[in-house]
Amino acid sequence: MTIERADIEKLAELARIELNEATIAETTRSIADVLALVDQLQAADTEGVEPMAHPTDAVQRLRPDVVTETNQREAFQAIAPATEAGLYLVPKVIE
Amino acid sequence: MHNKTLADIIAGLNRGDFSSVEITRHFLDRIQQLDGQYNSFITVTAEAALASAAAADQQRANGSVPLFCGVPMAHKDIFCTNGVRTSCGSKMLDNFVPPYDATVVENFANAGAVILGKTNMDEFAMGSSNETSYYGPVKNPWDTNCVPGGSSGGSAAAIAARLTPAATATDTGGSIRQPAALCGITGLKPTYGRVSRWGMIAFASSLDQGGPMARTAEDCALMLNVMASFDGKDSTSIDRPVPDYSNYLNQPLSGLKIGIPKEYFGEGLNPGTEQAVRDALAEYEKLGATLVEISLPHSNLAVPAYYVIAPAEASANLSRFDGVRYGYRCENPKDLRDLYMRTRGEGFGEEVKRRILVGAYCLSAGYYDAYYRKAQQARRLIKQDFVDAFQQVDVIMGPTSPSPAFGFGAKGNDPVAMYLEDIYTIATNLAGLPGMSVPCGLVDNKPVGLQIIGDYFDEALMLNMAHQFQQATDWHQRAPEGLA
Amino acid sequence: MQWETVIGLEVHVQLATKSKIFSGASTAFGAEPNTQACAIDLAMPGTLPVPNEQAFRDAIMFGLAIDADIARTSMFERKNYFYPDLPKAYQTTQLEKPIVGRGHVEIELADGSKKSIRIHHAHLEEDAGKSLHEDFHGMSGIDLNRAGTPLIEIVSEPDMRSSEEAVAFARKLHSIVTSLGICDGNMSQGSMRFDVNISVRPVGSDTFGTRTETKNLNSFKFMEDAIALEVERQIEVIEDGGKIIQETRLYNGDTKKARAMRSKEEANDYRYFPCPDLLPIVFNDDYIEQIRETLPELPDARRDRFLSQYGLSHYDANILSGDANVARYFETAAGGDAKLAANWIMGELSARLNAEDIAIQECPVSAEQLAGMIARLVDGTISSKMAKEVFDAMWNGEGSADDIIEARGLKQVSDSGAIEALVDEVIANSPQQVDNYRSADEAKRPKMLGYFVGQIMKASKGQANPQQVNEVLLRKLNDLL
Repeated sequence: MTIERADIEKLAELARIELNEATIAETTRSIADVLALVDQLQAADTEGVEPMAHPTDAVQRLRPDVVTETNQREAFQAIAPATEAGLYLVPKVIE
Repeated sequence: MHNKTLADIIAGLNRGDFSSVEITRHFLDRIQQLDGQYNSFITVTAEAALASAAAADQQRANGSVPLFCGVPMAHKDIFCTNGVRTSCGSKMLDNFVPPYDATVVENFANAGAVILGKTNMDEFAMGSSNETSYYGPVKNPWDTNCVPGGSSGGSAAAIAARLTPAATATDTGGSIRQPAALCGITGLKPTYGRVSRWGMIAFASSLDQGGPMARTAEDCALMLNVMASFDGKDSTSIDRPVPDYSNYLNQPLSGLKIGIPKEYFGEGLNPGTEQAVRDALAEYEKLGATLVEISLPHSNLAVPAYYVIAPAEASANLSRFDGVRYGYRCENPKDLRDLYMRTRGEGFGEEVKRRILVGAYCLSAGYYDAYYRKAQQARRLIKQDFVDAFQQVDVIMGPTSPSPAFGFGAKGNDPVAMYLEDIYTIATNLAGLPGMSVPCGLVDNKPVGLQIIGDYFDEALMLNMAHQFQQATDWHQRAPEGLA
Repeated sequence: MQWETVIGLEVHVQLATKSKIFSGASTAFGAEPNTQACAIDLAMPGTLPVPNEQAFRDAIMFGLAIDADIARTSMFERKNYFYPDLPKAYQTTQLEKPIVGRGHVEIELADGSKKSIRIHHAHLEEDAGKSLHEDFHGMSGIDLNRAGTPLIEIVSEPDMRSSEEAVAFARKLHSIVTSLGICDGNMSQGSMRFDVNISVRPVGSDTFGTRTETKNLNSFKFMEDAIALEVERQIEVIEDGGKIIQETRLYNGDTKKARAMRSKEEANDYRYFPCPDLLPIVFNDDYIEQIRETLPELPDARRDRFLSQYGLSHYDANILSGDANVARYFETAAGGDAKLAANWIMGELSARLNAEDIAIQECPVSAEQLAGMIARLVDGTISSKMAKEVFDAMWNGEGSADDIIEARGLKQVSDSGAIEALVDEVIANSPQQVDNYRSADEAKRPKMLGYFVGQIMKASKGQANPQQVNEVLLRKLNDLL
């Protein structure tokens, strides 16, 4: 699998990361190297092996349905880039 | 004073040899005088440290105190600290002051520890050299032209330079063990789930684990007693009693079997490093243990599987940094897309961006099965290798890192070369096993680490083995020139 | 050409838990913006999710109610996309192993016919926050109070063939989740939201046409209108030689118009993968059986019971049993007289609720109050005319029926002595009318009673019991014949 500038641009769009025009060629090359490394996986015989998402065999604990949190809006919004009337502000959302 | 271990400091405070304010001031002075050379701290909290040291002295005068009362130490800047900037080594969080503490931070606060500051690290813990930090690289106290390893390079260098007796750290693919090896200190990555991840900024959630760094195994045991806890706020935290790790340090090693994986002594291993490790293994034989050659046949899959799984998880974990609720936000975004694209383009460094893109690729439509699913299957094979090995042996030993500290920029343009730094450490993260690095020699006056891999929740045995080695050798007492 | 409509629904049901699905923040509706968004809901760095057991219990109850397979092991995935109301930029949801598997829901249509709609699965997930589009100097405001509210998303098979079927299905789901008590059913607050997948095909075709998805409909009426509009549009496009584009559409209930969404999520690639912060969720058979034993009565069983227990008509039983809140209200109010309670609820009460757009749970007249009023109707204390006045007064918060009857002196006179006196008085004062009555044809006489009744009621200031007045008057007039 060869990866090209257009692929990187598509990924950057998915991940919402603006790439620097000056470094995009270098980024493309280094990502191609990394993908060549991970492509070594293709040689592995994994027939019938159950994928493993967690290192332990533990199962999920569940929490009782109790409200434990109090209003901390002031503390949280003190570190926010832009707020007004208790709302976080972003450039206009268009659906 | 600064050569004292945690155990020495606790004993000294208990005896009244010195006060917490005295020892805290001593380390703060050293940080101020010397850290310009190493850049191991991002934030020094001198005022708060002295205030809590004074309070600790007062508390001590009033009666019985918790174990770490008045003991100075540092936190890796990945652990959220209420009211103290927590940057994770990134421009993205340069202005981020969390209104909450990580569980690990809370545990040390409850134990009475005095926090000197927050240590430098690779950006979002992505790196093996500390060169990706927004706050500049950390220099290895053994040779300031060399890297300290990463990502917990700040914690490791600060301990090696005697700027703090101990520090917290995290390990996703070797980020405790590799810098511990390169800086000549002792570090332990516990079993996945042993230390709470609450408030520890996530890199790859199924691999991340916090752990202690100090100069000795004895100190790591003291720290792990505080760090390890069941935490209901972390769904992956394991509800299992925490033993007193200090109690097991002096068990004899006779009869123990040490597995030596042949795959860890192959091509790419520095001969000096290999010699130091083999000498250490010989020392263990003297201590009564038996060496058994074993095989971990899927070892070659560890690095490729890791560089699918870790970036995939990271690509989602780091999506929350969008300039809306906290952290960096680009100036004058012209629309919503621009806000996202520039905030993330400007706020993240190159390595972080690279890993996010690789992660997005491995998860994207049409590639998931070939990469992500395949990596998850490889992960099970790797885990099974260890499960099989632990049927035969009590612990596994080998090198922590293929070579001693390398020069700045040596692998800067070659991510793959950098990734191979963690070739011996990554598999334990994939399997969720505990791993440790212990100083075991010097090559060209640069430290070498012996890696000890234990079975699940076998930290007490690992610390016991490391401690016995440190009773028989003095590698852990060596200091960089002029810093002893 | 004759066209057939094919409809499938995705229904988001907000669960009525106290706290959120992954955090201990409150889910109460209507709080000040962002006061119920905790560190987890805000995706603050280092925070981690811990699932709410009640959300699972609720989902399992739903699964049992629709006769579905319950997953003994389920898991959560992350669905990745950037949107300001989604703080983590991924939604924690279920893809591969949803908690509820295949099931089915029976619907009944106006002509009495029945149909089974298959449920593909139902999964648990977290709700997003809200973008407020009021202008903040060209910016939008984000309120994350709703972020993390537990949802079950119910996905049907494309089994519906008309808007009537789709609405019947939607109503039935509403009925089931409110009967189970897992959702408050409050549509205007967004507690249930419908995404409707619509396509058309020539009658007789066995392949599906290209579908569109009309998102976020939050009333049955909007759903019905939006389907009609979209079906019409699709047929028109095809008959004009065009092609249907697979797209997401928004329907505006005020303008009754729909449009394609503008944000062109370029070929959505959500990059789902198992959430590493959450472990597999495992339930054993005992756990599920215990929930089965606590299942409340479901709508169909309740309808049958209403028929037999209260002697309601099929029509009344259907309406009163369908919505759990209405059913609860009815059963409380039915103490005195079930028929009267049914009539009042389906008549005056529904009219007022509809007119003021409020849900029965928020009705200013409680079921107990209505029962109190009906009791006074039954025992003859008040007339049905007076009851209307009492009802209005209760609606306006003037207290119980007894309080109002007392305060307004509304008691009807049922004392037979007093009524006899009134009747005697009116007969004595109306010699001409009495003569007319006596000389009239037998058949015409009943019509002539109206005058006397009117006079008597007037003399009693409207408080005489009309039934008694009729009886006494008739007896006395007949005595004069």
